[in-house]
Amino acid sequence: MVRLNVNGKTHNVDVDPATPLLWVIREQLGLTGTKYGCGVAQCGACTVHMDGAALRSCVMPCAAATGKKINTIESLAKDGKLTKVQQAWIDHEVPQCGYCQTGMIMAVTALLKEKPKPTDADIDAAITNICRCGTFQEVRAAVHAAAKA
Amino acid sequence: MNARVPNLSRRQFVIGSAATGAGLAIGLEFSFAMNAAQAAAPAAAAAAPEIGAWVVIRPDDTVSVRVVRSEMGQGTITGLAQLVAEELECDWSKVTYEYPTPGESVKRKRIWGDFSTGGSRGIRTSHEYVRKGGAAARMMLLQAAATQWGVPVSELSVQKSVVTHAASKRKTTYGKLAEVAAKLPVPTDIKLKDPKDWTIIGKPLKRLDTRDKVSGKQVYGIDLKLPGMLIAAIKQSPVFGGKVKSFDASKAAAMPGVKKVVQVGDNAVAVVASTFWQAKVAADTLVIEWDEGSHGKVSSAGIAKVLEEGLSAPQAFVGNQAGDIKSALSSAASKVEAVYAYPYQNHAPMEPMNATARYTADKCEVWVPTQDGEASFAATLAASGLPADKCEVYKINLGGGFGRRGAFQDYTTQAVLIAKQMPGTPVKLIWTREEDMTQGRYHPVMQCKLVGSFDADKNLTGIHMRLSGQSILAAVRPQIVEQEKGRDPNVFQGVIAGDGEHGFGYTMPNLLIDHAMRNPHVPPGFWRGVNINQNAIFFECFMDELAEAAGKDSVAFRRQFLGKHPRNLAVLNAVAERIQWDKPAAAGVFRGVAQMRAFGSFVAAACELSVKDGNKVKVHRIVAATDPGYAVNPAQIERQVSGSFVYGLSALFMQECTVKDGRIEQTNFDNYNSMRIAQMPKVETIIIQGGGPVWGGIGEPTICVAAPAVLNALYRATGKRLRSVPLKNHGFTLV
Repeated sequence: MVRLNVNGKTHNVDVDPATPLLWVIREQLGLTGTKYGCGVAQCGACTVHMDGAALRSCVMPCAAATGKKINTIESLAKDGKLTKVQQAWIDHEVPQCGYCQTGMIMAVTALLKEKPKPTDADIDAAITNICRCGTFQEVRAAVHAAAKA
Repeated sequence: MNARVPNLSRRQFVIGSAATGAGLAIGLEFSFAMNAAQAAAPAAAAAAPEIGAWVVIRPDDTVSVRVVRSEMGQGTITGLAQLVAEELECDWSKVTYEYPTPGESVKRKRIWGDFSTGGSRGIRTSHEYVRKGGAAARMMLLQAAATQWGVPVSELSVQKSVVTHAASKRKTTYGKLAEVAAKLPVPTDIKLKDPKDWTIIGKPLKRLDTRDKVSGKQVYGIDLKLPGMLIAAIKQSPVFGGKVKSFDASKAAAMPGVKKVVQVGDNAVAVVASTFWQAKVAADTLVIEWDEGSHGKVSSAGIAKVLEEGLSAPQAFVGNQAGDIKSALSSAASKVEAVYAYPYQNHAPMEPMNATARYTADKCEVWVPTQDGEASFAATLAASGLPADKCEVYKINLGGGFGRRGAFQDYTTQAVLIAKQMPGTPVKLIWTREEDMTQGRYHPVMQCKLVGSFDADKNLTGIHMRLSGQSILAAVRPQIVEQEKGRDPNVFQGVIAGDGEHGFGYTMPNLLIDHAMRNPHVPPGFWRGVNINQNAIFFECFMDELAEAAGKDSVAFRRQFLGKHPRNLAVLNAVAERIQWDKPAAAGVFRGVAQMRAFGSFVAAACELSVKDGNKVKVHRIVAATDPGYAVNPAQIERQVSGSFVYGLSALFMQECTVKDGRIEQTNFDNYNSMRIAQMPKVETIIIQGGGPVWGGIGEPTICVAAPAVLNALYRATGKRLRSVPLKNHGFTLV
C-alpha cells in the first residue's frame, strides 16, 4: 500500500511501490490528463507538480512521492474557472493535437510561480517539453500573456 | 424511406470503398458517436433532426456538423465546420461537430465520402461537397419556413440561424424548423456562394476543440476507459518481416495483474493485465525466440550501398523530361555534380500507438485514434473475421498522426487479434515509446545525384536529377505502382512533369528527373510532407549550387526559370521581399531561400541564421509564404506552417533511424531527438490567396521549404555544402 496526496486528497493505493507515479496517477487514480509520452523523462508530457515544482512523473517510483503534495492538471481550474495560464492557452490558441499541452501547462505554471515575469531566456531554460505539432511560437506568446495577466 | 444495410463481404468493402463516390441523399437517423465518452456509450447520443447528411440541428439552435476527417491537431474540424456553416448561414457560436462512424458510412453507401486524413486533403478534396451539404440544409430549412408561413422561399432571408419574412415581420429559427426540414427532399441543384460573399470562410475563427485540451479533459485513445477493460503491452519482432518462433511466458504469466499472454499474429506477443504498467513489466520478462527471416543482417551501410548503385543504374522510371538532356550534358562547357542523401525517420507522434477492441462472435468494436476511420474499419473486419454489419469503429481524436495512423493499422489489427482471444473483454493495447520508435513506417531513404550543365557563357543548359531509393507506394499501394508499370509517381512529388498538385515549377531547356527504385526491407510510410521533404532539399539546394556556378544570385537565378509558373514566382518574390533579400543581412547573419509546389499549394521560405563556434546554428527567422488558393482559417494556417517547421527542422538537424542487424537502433527521444522551444525560430507566415479551381493543402506543403532554405543559408555562413541529413552527423547542432 502506497500513501499519496494527489490534488489535495489522500489515497492509499494498492500498487507495487516501484510503479512510476505517472501510471498510478493515470491508472489507479484515473486522472488521465497527465500523459505518457516517453517513459524516460525526455518529453515532459507527464509533468506534474510535487510540492509546487515541476516533476516528470514517468521515472519517479510512486513510493518516493509519499509525504509530498502532488498536483496534476486536473487541479488547476477551480470550480471550472481556468487559471491565467490555461486562459492564455485558449486566447492564443496554443494547442494543436494537445497531447503534450497539459504537461506544457504544468511546466509553465511552475515556472511562473518561480519567475512571475520570465524573459525569453528563462522560458528557453525552463520549458524543455517536446511538442511534435510545434506549438512553440504560441507557447512563448501565451507564457508572456499569462505573466502579464 | 428505408436504410438499406448492404451485406458486403470484407473484400467487397475494401475494394469498393475506394471507388464509391460521395453524394447527397436522405438517410434515416442514426446515433452518432460524438466523442470518446459517447463512443463508450453510444446509446447516450440523443437522435436529433438530420438536415441532409452533413448537419444536425437541435431545438436550441445548436448546429452539429458532421466531420469524417480526423482531428490530429491540424484544425480540420474547425475548417470543415466553417465550410458547412458558411453555406448554412447559421450562428457560428452554436456550432459543434460530430464524427459519423465508418460502420454508418458503409450502411449509408459512403454518403460522407472519404474518411482518409492524410495528404493534406481534409479541406482540399472535400470543400465542394461539404459546402453543398451546408447549402442543401439551408435550402431545406428555408423551404420548411416557407411552407409553414405559406410564402415563397424567395421572400425569406436568413442570418445566423434566424429566418425572416420581412413583409409579414415573422421570424423563426433553425432549431424550430429542423423537425420539418429533416423530412424534406434534399435538393441537388445547388449554387454555392461567391467567395466574395463569405463571412465565415477566410476568418481566423477560434478552434472548436481547444478548451478540453487545456484542462486535461480531452480523451485520447490512450485515455479511454471501458467497464471491465484490461490493458495489453506488446513485443513485436525487432527485425521487420521476422516471426515468433517460440516464446516462454512462464515468468510473465505469474506476475501481478497478468491475465493472459497471447501470440498476436505471427510476429508479436502481448501480455494482457489489469494495468498498463503491470502488462509492460511482465512483457519485459518474456523470452521470445524470433525467426528473423532473411533480413537479420541488414545494416544502414548495406542499404546505402544498394542506393548508391541506383544512382548510376541504366534502368530508371522517368518523372519529368524536357528537351535532350543527353546532348546537353555531352556538349556542356562545364558541369556541376552533387550527391545528396535523406535517411529513415520516425513519425514519433506524442501519443504512442494504441487501440482498444471488444470482440464477441456477434460484434467487434474498436476505439482508435486513426487518420482513416475506413482503414481502421477494414482492419477490424479482416482481423475479426466478422462482416461489416457486425463491426464498428469509433474514432478518437489523435495525439498527433503525421502519417503514421492512416494507411497503417497494425495496432488496430493487433488490438482485435488480442481481444479475439478474450471474447467479451475490452482490451486496450498501448505501445511503449520503444515499440513506437522501432516499429514505425519510416520516412523512406533516398539518395540523389544531380548533374547540371552550362554552356560557355554560363547559361544553364540542362539538369539530370537521379533519385535512387525507396518507394512508399510499392509497399503500401502496390496496385498504383502496377498500373504505372512499376513506377511510383509519388516519388517525384514537387518535381513531376505537368501542372498537377505537385507539378515542377521551373521550365528547363533540357531536363531529366528519374528514379531507380530500391526497396530495402524497412517498411516505409507517408511522413508529413512525404516525398517533398527530400525532393525540396535535393533540388532547391542544387539550384543554389547552380546559381553559384553561374555567378548569379539565388533568387534571380530561380526567377529565370519560373516565368511560366507565376504562382511559384509570386511566393518566392513574397518571401524575398519580406526578408529584404536585395539588402544585405545584419553582420554575421546569412540567408537562404527555397520554393516548391506541393499538395496543390505554392510555398516558399526565406531564412536568416547565424553560426557560432563553427557548428552551432541559430535560426533567427523564417519567412514562409503559402498560396493554397483559398485560406479557410488564416490563424490555423499560420500555426500549421510554424508547427511544420518544428517537425521539419527537427528532422533536418537531429533525426535519423539507423539500421543494424535488420532492426532500427533508435528507441526513444534520448536517441531520436526533437526540437525544444529554445531552438524555435521566429516564423512569419505570408498567406496568398491565388484563387482558381484548386484548393491547396495546408498541413504538409510548407514543411519542405524550411530545410533547403536553412541549408542554403548554412552554406553562405560556413562555406560547406551539407548534402546529407541529419546535420548532427556533420557535427552541427541547432541552438
